[in-house]
Amino acid sequence: MDALIDLLPELWTATYETLYIVALTLFFGGIGGVLLGLGLYLTRAGSILENKPFFFVLNLLVNFVRPIPFIIFLAAAQPLARAVTGSGIGNNAIIFTIALAASFAMARIVEQNLLTVTPGVIDAARSVGAGPIRIIFTVLLPEALGPLILGYTFIFVALVDMSAVAGYVGGGGLGSFALLYGYRQYNPVVTWAAVLLIIVLVQLVQFLGNYLARKALRR
Amino acid sequence: MAVVSLRNVGKVYPPQTKDGASVTAIDDVSLDVEAGDIYGIIGYSGAGKSTLVRLVNALEHSTSGEIWVNGQNIAALRERELRQVRLGIGMIFQQFNLLGSRTVARNVAYPLEVAGHPKVERAARVAELLDFVGLADKAGSFPDQLSGGQKQRVGIARALATQPSILLADEATSALDPETTHEVLALLKRVNAEFGVTIIVITHEMDVIQTIATKVAVMDQGRVIERGPVFDVFSNPQAAASARFVSTVVKGVPSPDELAVLRARHAGRIVTLAFRDNAVDQTAVFGELSRAGVAFEVVYGGINEIQGRPFGHLTLALTGADPVIDTVLAHIRTLTTVTEVR
Repeated sequence: MDALIDLLPELWTATYETLYIVALTLFFGGIGGVLLGLGLYLTRAGSILENKPFFFVLNLLVNFVRPIPFIIFLAAAQPLARAVTGSGIGNNAIIFTIALAASFAMARIVEQNLLTVTPGVIDAARSVGAGPIRIIFTVLLPEALGPLILGYTFIFVALVDMSAVAGYVGGGGLGSFALLYGYRQYNPVVTWAAVLLIIVLVQLVQFLGNYLARKALRR
Repeated sequence: MAVVSLRNVGKVYPPQTKDGASVTAIDDVSLDVEAGDIYGIIGYSGAGKSTLVRLVNALEHSTSGEIWVNGQNIAALRERELRQVRLGIGMIFQQFNLLGSRTVARNVAYPLEVAGHPKVERAARVAELLDFVGLADKAGSFPDQLSGGQKQRVGIARALATQPSILLADEATSALDPETTHEVLALLKRVNAEFGVTIIVITHEMDVIQTIATKVAVMDQGRVIERGPVFDVFSNPQAAASARFVSTVVKGVPSPDELAVLRARHAGRIVTLAFRDNAVDQTAVFGELSRAGVAFEVVYGGINEIQGRPFGHLTLALTGADPVIDTVLAHIRTLTTVTEVR
């Protein structure tokens, strides 16, 4: 317990780092996920920008990346992270790698939620002369907003998980804190303090997500 | 002048699988819809009527033939040019297809946004349209707070927003109860009468055709098998499928089963007389029977009215001496068509 009190400044720093990593990865991964998800949705057979070869390649890519366990993906994507961020380790590299993995995970969630939009409302928009870009922003995304928010809430938990794993390759945050000061020092109290904080964080975000989704769905 | 004119239009879907056959949804259809018409297209599910109407605003593309809309062959246009054409064609749907994330007012404003009308103008036009469809008090409601009939009225307001000259109604009343159906049909009639909008109505319900259409085309297996003014098709259907549709709303000639029942119940001779418009004088027909002393009973049929013109069939059971009946029937044959069924 005393050890934990001594470590409090480090704990707050770690919490801040987790929030920082998760917020940025949610932002970049979210954009990537929407782009990939839209790409899948729009080019599938029968959709407004149907394109069989494009869909085939994108679909294969998503299926290829998604099942890779994150800890392996982290190592495999290191050269790419180094090329983009200038370093293979540290928070920036971690943010890049998590955002990349999250994009692919999010892609399927976005695609599935867009598929719940009734094709009829897209017909209605087309029938008044709306083009694809306008349909994306005024029909598809607004109509699927509620489920999309829930999807992002779901992915948030996965991001917290990924950021903790990233502690292994020099990322900061609660995961790295628990490993460094708890697990390796045989101090379960410190480990559990980090776990508790993560649980509180996830709960808060889940409440927020549910609230926003309810707003969007007006239920 | 025809506002919509189809010339030998075909729509063939490519095979779904490698060894599958291609599907012909529309097979060599030619059709002219004149300005101001309420043109009904009726057919069973899968007859191709919905596909046909979706070709008119190019939601789907024909694979052969020409589709002339307001003097433009839209089969030859590119997607970007088609968007301009679609502004002049409103469409309403069976499932209403309102945007659930937008209020009633913003749904109606949607086509105006697409067309690039300024905000102030949009608000005024939306108020006008909601007033026309009787939903001024629902402007701030969301579609899931409305009944089916109200949703379709919003759909109509939205379809009319950009003042199109053509309105396509794809099974617009099929999801509504009979009373609401008639409210919506009455509204469509007003749209046609007050704004001069040409309406193409797709339906599988003959009742809809009887209520509002001026002309009708009957579709079966991707082809138009019969067409003409509604009165002609109703009073004298040529194709078997047309006759079946007419019989769903008009009690005409008894079917073989019904005839067997009639024969069992009535001992005398049974005849069916056709009445069409004012060409046949009912008073004269029944006068002949009375003067000859032939007793009669109406056992089947009825007189209907379409666009103010009566038509129908009456089946009579006659009682009297055979030679007398033969003489009087000969007289009546000079007045109308007589079918002796026993």
